[in-house]
Amino acid sequence: MPGAFEGETVTRRRFMSGGALAAGGIASAAFGLPALGFALGPLFTDGTEDPWQDVGAEADFNPETYVSKTMNIQADAGEAGKTTVYVRKYDESVDEPSPSDIEQGLEPLPSVAISTRCAHLGCPVRYYQDPGRFVCPCHGGIYDSQGKVDGGPPVRPLDRHYSRVTSDGRVQVGERFSVNSELRRFSPRDPSNHLDGLWKYLYPARPST
Amino acid sequence: MSRLTPPLPKFLRPAPPRPGEDGTGRTGDGDGNDSGGAPSRADQLRDGAVEGTAQVIGYIDERTGTSPFLRGFLYRKTPKGTNWFYTLGSATMFAFLSQAVTGVFLAMYYDPAASRAYESAAHITNEVFLGELVRGMHRWGSTVMIVLIFLHLGRTFVFGAYKYPRELNWVIGVLLLVMTLAMGFTGYLLPFDQRSFWATVVGVNINASSPIMGPFVADFLRGGAEFGEATLSRFYALHMLLIPGILAVLIGAHLYLVAKLGTTAPPWLKAEKKELSEEEI
Repeated sequence: MPGAFEGETVTRRRFMSGGALAAGGIASAAFGLPALGFALGPLFTDGTEDPWQDVGAEADFNPETYVSKTMNIQADAGEAGKTTVYVRKYDESVDEPSPSDIEQGLEPLPSVAISTRCAHLGCPVRYYQDPGRFVCPCHGGIYDSQGKVDGGPPVRPLDRHYSRVTSDGRVQVGERFSVNSELRRFSPRDPSNHLDGLWKYLYPARPST
Repeated sequence: MSRLTPPLPKFLRPAPPRPGEDGTGRTGDGDGNDSGGAPSRADQLRDGAVEGTAQVIGYIDERTGTSPFLRGFLYRKTPKGTNWFYTLGSATMFAFLSQAVTGVFLAMYYDPAASRAYESAAHITNEVFLGELVRGMHRWGSTVMIVLIFLHLGRTFVFGAYKYPRELNWVIGVLLLVMTLAMGFTGYLLPFDQRSFWATVVGVNINASSPIMGPFVADFLRGGAEFGEATLSRFYALHMLLIPGILAVLIGAHLYLVAKLGTTAPPWLKAEKKELSEEEI
């Protein structure tokens, strides 16, 4: 190496400047990386808490129409953390079972609990009994009484929640899940994420849900 | 007065000698007086003020080298034909400064907790002295800034001011535009009323609609899979700390390049250039 002392492979000046750069880099990384991880943490942590929430006695619900109930999706956010869920008793003459249940040999969920979060961009949908449609006020998404897309921009049916009936006859609503047009269950996706055909590979499951 | 001091504003400069005066009268050294009679009290005061100001400026300047820098930065030559359209950039910057100042003072009353945000914003508007004005300035100033930044962008485009050697300044300008829009987006949630809440839900879900990365961006913005407490504090931190910091750095770089490269002449001046004569060709 030209300029280096006898038997050395690098000049001392170059070694010193390299060392100073490395020290600066390590010092910056020492505060930069933890801060970045801190900010990005929610991407990799599962934030869902114990999801089961009581929404009423079994007798409050019927197979014909939806009853709207309020539930918490973010316990710490006050009013803003509440959402509405439409609950109806499962009726095997109307409701088709989910392919996920059939494949796993499971009974269908006791209630059809439909999330009001529109599958287009997340506005709250409302159920209209007479036409039997869910309608979104923001961009005109329309869903049939099963929550399947009937018109407008949504890319998949309305999300649903798991449901169960406790031994003392209370209906409980649990975690949210997404369904595709065959009502096959998927882990919860954001609104606007497709779940049919090849599209679904562009919107994989995420660690946060 | 030392040559190192920056040019004084006109009203502080010593008046030039009038015709018929001997020209040695008032020289701005502080001890000058009108030819003849004793200096009046007003003259003494003014000369003292001039002297004092010059001393303070001289003290700072000698130790920082401000005036050569300022002379290069503020007294640079501008091309012929410079017109009012060239003020759109500084107008945008003053809109930013106004947002920064009103924003700092709004932060003194605002509480970024999901259960308190709406009440504290309503408190600012309804109860704090001049709160409605300051909040209104911040709220409408954001729109003004976006309008100005687009006019400035249009001026730069139409005048061809993005061309060599100013391409990098165009790129920085586009980053400034994106950051300004991000300010608008993050600020919109903070009043935490029905409109701002649902508009932000829709906005975040538009982010989520982009393939592969989209849902992760949405998770980052929400601070989790659902909207909640974390979302509001996140938007607040982005809105008042992270993005303004980035904006300030980018504005500095933008101004440095403007000062370094100078501004362009308006394109119509080139059309007035005289035809080259035979010999020149």
